[in-house]
Amino acid sequence: MNLEKVVFGFFIILAMTMNFGFFIGDPTDPAQHNIYEMFAAIVVNLVATVLKFGDRTQMGAIHLAASLVADLQLMAGAVVWAWAANASPAGLTPAAVSSVVSLAGGAFMANLVSVILLMVETAQLRR
Amino acid sequence: MNGALFLALRRMRAPLLVLIASYAISILGLVLIPGRDGQGLPWQMGFFHAFYFVSYTATTIGFGEVPHAFTDTQRLWVTFTIYLTVVAWFYALGKIIALTQEPAFRQVLARARLQRKVRRMREPFYIVCGYGETGSALVAALDRRGIRCVVLDLNPERVAEADMAGLSVDTPALAADVRAGESLIVAGLRSPHCLGVVALTNDDRANLAVAVGTKLLRPELEVLCRCESRDVAANMASFGTDHIVNPYESFARHLGIAMRASGLYLLREWLTATPDELLPEPRFPPLGQWVLCGFGRFGREIAHCLDREGIHCTMIDADPAAVQGVASGILGSGTEAAVLEKAGIRGAAGLVAGTSSDVSNLAVVMTARELNPELFVILRRNQRSNAVLTDAVGAQMVMQPAAVVVHEAMALLTEPLLARFLAEVRQRDNDWANEVIARLVGILGEHAPETWTFAVEPRACPALHEAAGRGAVSVGDLGRDPRDRAELLPVVALAIERNGDLLLLPLDADRLRIGDRVLFCGRGRGRRKQQFLVHDANALRYVLTGEDVPGGWIWQRLASRRRARPAGA
Repeated sequence: MNLEKVVFGFFIILAMTMNFGFFIGDPTDPAQHNIYEMFAAIVVNLVATVLKFGDRTQMGAIHLAASLVADLQLMAGAVVWAWAANASPAGLTPAAVSSVVSLAGGAFMANLVSVILLMVETAQLRR
Repeated sequence: MNGALFLALRRMRAPLLVLIASYAISILGLVLIPGRDGQGLPWQMGFFHAFYFVSYTATTIGFGEVPHAFTDTQRLWVTFTIYLTVVAWFYALGKIIALTQEPAFRQVLARARLQRKVRRMREPFYIVCGYGETGSALVAALDRRGIRCVVLDLNPERVAEADMAGLSVDTPALAADVRAGESLIVAGLRSPHCLGVVALTNDDRANLAVAVGTKLLRPELEVLCRCESRDVAANMASFGTDHIVNPYESFARHLGIAMRASGLYLLREWLTATPDELLPEPRFPPLGQWVLCGFGRFGREIAHCLDREGIHCTMIDADPAAVQGVASGILGSGTEAAVLEKAGIRGAAGLVAGTSSDVSNLAVVMTARELNPELFVILRRNQRSNAVLTDAVGAQMVMQPAAVVVHEAMALLTEPLLARFLAEVRQRDNDWANEVIARLVGILGEHAPETWTFAVEPRACPALHEAAGRGAVSVGDLGRDPRDRAELLPVVALAIERNGDLLLLPLDADRLRIGDRVLFCGRGRGRRKQQFLVHDANALRYVLTGEDVPGGWIWQRLASRRRARPAGA
């Protein structure tokens, strides 16, 4: 067992689960989407991205790309949320919440790709 | 570039993680801790405001407590936050700056930058390995000719000099080991614009490695190597190195020519001198007994040459191994009067101060002159920085290894026809050379001539190619002034290369043929007018026929009607 692999796998899977937790629920109801979970998802995703830096293999490149996509989607969601909650005159409307949730849904797909890559990588190791 | 990026990302992992963690903790704390708004009502800070606040606090900008004044609990947390995030920022910044200063990272960046520059080069260029005294002089000379170079040198300080040399075009330079084939490829060996590789380091083995690498990877490229030992030179020649320049052997050979055939020597001096500088006053070494100080590689070459000319010489060297077994060798330092006396300096005609130390060479000359003021002195100058001293001592001939190599290399690389001409001339006798000199004297005045080549080819000289195709141009026609054909240009045709053969000193009546290459020598003014002549069909026609042809189509039609009318009348 390798501690580095544990930490790496932990953050990648945690990024996906957090993301999923935020994403699941009625897309128009703000009460079903916890903003703290969104924050945690962003932080864990950023950490997962940084952990993927510096791997020169083909697999590493796809890993990094998937993470960057997830970061981009989640941050776009955070900006929409911040704008709707603080700047928009209408406030946090169901339309705004659903666009945040769908962005998070996109990020979830990217995170899913990351986890699949992780599984493929592990399956290739015959040790 | 990829390498640098990955190295940077890998190094940035730890600082970025620290930064993300410190931000996350600070933001979360601010959001969780209850606050109060302007009216004293309970208020909870959102993520947006928390991120905003932490962003300006962490970077020490500090806009104050927004949107509402903080409670004491919040202030307690913010105090903690400040120390956490500011320290994290400084740590990350320090890491980034340290990374940019790291030699390995800078080397990776420099390599990537060089590769990018070389890829963008669209003109022909030479790769010059070794940017010492010789390399820098050659690069400067090529630069004056408008030929670009890529410089490689092991020493980063020399590479920095290449950046500051004040060359007219940007010359990419990289600190790299030239012995590795990889370095040559980075410098553009595979580029279609690469003309050749010039190896000028002071290490024969390194030059050999460059030649081997180039001939393996791009056998068709021209390779010029500096080489001071005969074994390595033979090795280089064995696998087809195009040009091998040994400064000592080259100088010794010309010294031999100077003693035997002063005309040949003078002709070569003139043709290889830097254009437009004053012609050097000819100095011919006397026959008679010679004393040689320093019997290393240079001394041996000189002794070999003197021996061939049948001149007796005595060798002095401080190294017992050097003079052991040499009949006329004397052990000792040439700076001591007693040793010089023993070598017969009082009766000698000439002295060669040829050790590898400039200071001891100067000392030898000064001591020897006291004993025999009439000596003809040949002084070896190893370093350019000693020029002031060597000029002051006033030797009749100064041998500078760097200058010898540069002159030879320039002739070989930029005027291959001149190099061939000079090699051919060496086989001729002195009377022949004197005849050429007599011709040159008439046009040159006191300045060194320029030499140049015209190729009778459609792209290089369109007008000349067209006229030569009709068999209408003779060598003499190219020596006429395009403004007034009765005037002669200050040029002399030295040779024509035709189907691989070299015809020396063509006559004025010789017709030019397509594919010929003509070597001219003369004043810069003549070169410029001739350049105009071979490009401009009207100018050439005037010179050939004496008719001044109008330029445009309408004028040409009018002129042909005017010509036709008297014929019909």
